[in-house]
Amino acid sequence: MAQHPLLQVQDLVVKFRLRFGDLTALNGINFTLAPGERMGLVGESGAGKSVAGFSIINLISKPGFIASGRVLFEGEEISSYPLEHMRDIRGNRISMIFQDPMMTLNPVLTIGTQMVETILAHSKVSTAHAREIALEKLAKVYISSPGKRLGQYPHELSGGMRQRVVIAISLLTNPSLIIADEPTTALDVTIQAEVMALLLELCKNERMGLILITHDLGVVSQVTEKIAVMYAGRIVEQGPTKNIITSPKHPYTQGLIKALPQAENTGRRLYQIPGMMPNLTSIPPGCAFHPRCDQAMPMCRDHTPVLCTLEPGLTQVACHLYGTSKEKA
Amino acid sequence: MTTMNKLLVRLHNVVKHFDISGGFLDRISFTQGRPCLRSTTVKAINSVSLDIFQGEILSIVGESGCGKSTLGRTILGLYPPTSGEIYFQDTRVDNLSSDAWLPFRRQMQMVFQDPYASLNPRMTVRQILEEPVRFHFPELKTPEVRDKVSEVMLQVGVDPAWAGRFPHEFSGGQRQRISIARALMVDPMFIVADEPISALDVSIQAQILNLIMDCQERFGLTYMFITHDLSVVEHISTRVAVMYLGTLCELANKEQLYQEPLHPYSRALLSAIPKLGITNFDHIRLKGEVPTPINLPSGCVFHTRCPYTNKRCQQEMPTLLTASNGTMVACHGVEEGRI
Ligand SMILES: Nc1ncnc2c1ncn2[C@@H]1O[C@H](COP(=O)(O)OP(=O)(O)OP(=O)(O)O)[C@@H](O)[C@H]1O
Ligand SMILES: Nc1ncnc2c1ncn2[C@@H]1O[C@H](COP(=O)(O)OP(=O)(O)OP(=O)(O)O)[C@@H](O)[C@H]1O
Ligand code: SF4
Ligand SMILES: [Mg+2]
Ligand SMILES: [Mg+2]
Repeated sequence: MAQHPLLQVQDLVVKFRLRFGDLTALNGINFTLAPGERMGLVGESGAGKSVAGFSIINLISKPGFIASGRVLFEGEEISSYPLEHMRDIRGNRISMIFQDPMMTLNPVLTIGTQMVETILAHSKVSTAHAREIALEKLAKVYISSPGKRLGQYPHELSGGMRQRVVIAISLLTNPSLIIADEPTTALDVTIQAEVMALLLELCKNERMGLILITHDLGVVSQVTEKIAVMYAGRIVEQGPTKNIITSPKHPYTQGLIKALPQAENTGRRLYQIPGMMPNLTSIPPGCAFHPRCDQAMPMCRDHTPVLCTLEPGLTQVACHLYGTSKEKA
Repeated sequence: MTTMNKLLVRLHNVVKHFDISGGFLDRISFTQGRPCLRSTTVKAINSVSLDIFQGEILSIVGESGCGKSTLGRTILGLYPPTSGEIYFQDTRVDNLSSDAWLPFRRQMQMVFQDPYASLNPRMTVRQILEEPVRFHFPELKTPEVRDKVSEVMLQVGVDPAWAGRFPHEFSGGQRQRISIARALMVDPMFIVADEPISALDVSIQAQILNLIMDCQERFGLTYMFITHDLSVVEHISTRVAVMYLGTLCELANKEQLYQEPLHPYSRALLSAIPKLGITNFDHIRLKGEVPTPINLPSGCVFHTRCPYTNKRCQQEMPTLLTASNGTMVACHGVEEGRI
């Protein structure tokens, strides 16, 4: 039996129904994740990264909706599942970690109560056994004196510890995919490194897939094997992390990397991508990036480039510079 | 530093503690059957001494809560120091009356992290920019003030034709330019920029960093730049001060610090920077958690987490000494040559 990919996202379109019309937050995105593969989703604020993460597990709520496209998880189409069934998958096989650990943690319950309840909701074990599992997972995320922590409330822990507890909770049901939305953005550098290293270690050891949503290319390059760059609701470039970082193809990706302070350009003026990302209610026609692109050509104004493979297995890019096939806008 | 510049700001043993005990009734507690008055203080800044030279960008780095913002605000007179002295040029400014403080208030400006919260939403950009000029230069006539607004808007790269608009009509990056413009309106010498780019996207951060460096070059502005982004610090700073729990651990030239950090905390901090193209984690792991500034550890404030602690570290507070490479560092281990 051929093994299914862990996750396949096909032509996914997500819209928000607003008073003045529909806003297209995801405009047909495609990607595939193999079992145990780690992918980074990067791009500017408002590009649609979080919406992409949420829509995979059908967590988009009104006024948002999946307008078309499919999501297949381990070969099963889950985008059309009824909510009940989805809830099972969401808790059991796909876990989500948010920027703010308090989105996952309940402030009025002890860590122990929350962990034990989660375990009991998902598997038929005794309370005592559930406690043991909780202890084991806390130890896995290097929480010191886990026995004592079970009796503590979230506010009694530091920010980094809280995020590690959230990771421990997300591990309780042995998921095969973790979606982490800016999991370390609110943390200090030393703690950020600790949490990311932990996430990486767990993904490797347990062969868990990871979708890491962040705007920090440095973090992404440390943790992931491939990257998808989003701009105005589309993936404009994707490929192996190393290729994207060292030889970005899309002018937007090139701009993002040139804008970063790095050892080579210390003290010099940084590259500035002109202008700003469009409001998603009025995405420019043609290539959405053309008003900001310093390499734009006349055709970029009225033809939307589609994602094309430059070399098999390597970077895919949606940009007319690479002579890719065009799609009428 | 390449050239020996003039001293602009000098801090001498500056301490800032916040009393958070609350009202009289909150403070009464019973200990061993007797009522007693309890007081709780946050020791945010503990005897910090440092010099800031004209024309430099001095960055302040360190974990959340280590006292970076408090230090900046204390220098600008927004918080009175608990003890210690602050000098601007040659004048002691920490004990001035509010009248005597006025001319210094113009010289020292602040730019905040959140351009959304720091600009009054009900004022137009013109009003926002004119207000400080009219306050500090009452002798200027309206056309002169208007000219000044246009001039500064051009300098920060916002079209002066937009002066009639309100802050919400601008993007995040433009709003941060407007807050910088507001600081520049009164021709300051010194700007404390507290996380000025943390709320902005990468592509927009570059604009603001470029603007900050331009103003340093064109007007000889001096900055205290507060941030937690160590790649940005490496990019723009002249010197860097590393803080831990309200204490200065290391003060070094940027190049020196990034090549050869001396203090064990600086080493851990710098080893944790996520860098493009580096695909593994070999950061120095610190044990334990950051203690609270309410109960500071004895001796070296870092000793509970330091891999090199010994008995002396637990008892005696290290002082800032000049190491062989010119860096100032407060660490017994470095002084004893065992690190
Ligand atoms: N509940 C909602 N109602 C209306 N529009 C929404 C809603 N949630 C998201 N959007 C819109 O969808 C677009 C994409 O948002 P998303 O949160 O995915 O961005 P992001 O890439 O995660 O940005 P950030 O880096 O700021 O988190 C934005 O334009 C946003 O305004
Ligand atoms: N007005 C205040 N009253 C009481 N405590 C305060 C006050 N301002 C700051 N503190 C405390 O002083 C300590 C230092 O705070 P400060 O805001 O200076 O840290 P910081 O280094 O700027 O942190 P961050 O990186 O999170 O901005 C903290 O423990 C904080 O809670
Ligand atoms: S003084 Fe001691 S405890 Fe403090 S940093 Fe140096 S070696 Fe570590
Ligand atoms: Mg988001
Ligand atoms: Mg601060």
